Amino acid sequence: MALNLVEAPEGHSGQGFFATSFDQAVGLARANSIWPLPFATSCCGIEFMATMGAHYDLARFGSERLSFSPRQADLLMVMGTIAKKMGPVVKQVYLQMAEPRWVIAVGACASSGGIFDTYSVLQGIDKVVPVDVYVPGCPPTPEAIIDGVMKIQELIKNESLRRRNSEEYTELLAGYGIE
Amino acid sequence: MSAQAINAEYVTEKLQARFGDQLSNLDSPYGLLSMNVPRESVIGIIKWLKEDPELQFMFLTDLCGVHFPEQKGQELGVVYHLHSLVHNFRLRIRTFFPETDPQVDTATTLFEAANWMERETFDFFGIRFKGHPDLRRILNMDDMTYHPLLKQYPLEDATRTDKEDKYFGR
Repeated sequence: MALNLVEAPEGHSGQGFFATSFDQAVGLARANSIWPLPFATSCCGIEFMATMGAHYDLARFGSERLSFSPRQADLLMVMGTIAKKMGPVVKQVYLQMAEPRWVIAVGACASSGGIFDTYSVLQGIDKVVPVDVYVPGCPPTPEAIIDGVMKIQELIKNESLRRRNSEEYTELLAGYGIE
Repeated sequence: MSAQAINAEYVTEKLQARFGDQLSNLDSPYGLLSMNVPRESVIGIIKWLKEDPELQFMFLTDLCGVHFPEQKGQELGVVYHLHSLVHNFRLRIRTFFPETDPQVDTATTLFEAANWMERETFDFFGIRFKGHPDLRRILNMDDMTYHPLLKQYPLEDATRTDKEDKYFGR
């Protein structure tokens, strides 16, 4: 039985061999083995728990293993309201992650502050760390969170291996005060 | 005197006999005995209430700030909630002072619990508690430049970027 786990990238195949670019092969491997770090502070975190559960099962996308240490994580998932006092903590966690790293802001609060337009709440985590994908919703459904992770997978699959060494990327990080 | 006999009338009577000229706005809204006292004597009165062998108001339930900008000369205040655990009787003491001189004596000399409550009140209202051992912000960012619950400051955060009128066709 041919079990088609993931689509093969573009390439040349013949009898007993398959050739593709290094970028594509690495992207394929990375995209299907993301270790997410859940940074859950409120109701979006509850939706994430449903997403990891048997019914929605993010494990189907290769994210079986949550990493509770930022040092081994590939994807920082920020889910919930981030108070200004917690902003430096989010940044610290991001700094502890090894490259390549991706960030997804789940829900209205992580994306923009949500309903909490007030002096104590960070108005979106993109004020302290660069964000790759924003998931709208208050809270988003597990389907929406999975859609966000799939968008991350697309980004990973199509990312050039040189991107993290590019000037643009260094500039982006410098914009957040990250060396 | 038995525990049942302590009531608002009795506590009022006892307080008036001792601090008669200093109590004002004596009232029991929703059954909670409340009064205003001048800030010079507030700690003295709380100390007496705590140490009186009969009343024993030995528990500081809460301490917080209030801001009424329209009360000229009495804009800022501190509210103390005391509880006599022995008699299960509660009491509220308020003291008001001008916002140009936001100072009041610390209650940490009487209750250790007042330490963080006074830090919170300082954090949000800028009220200085004279004699407090460690008066610095407790809940907000250390680099915050204002006291957010003072009414002259807007609730909304100035760094918000997605509520501009142009996004809503206004």
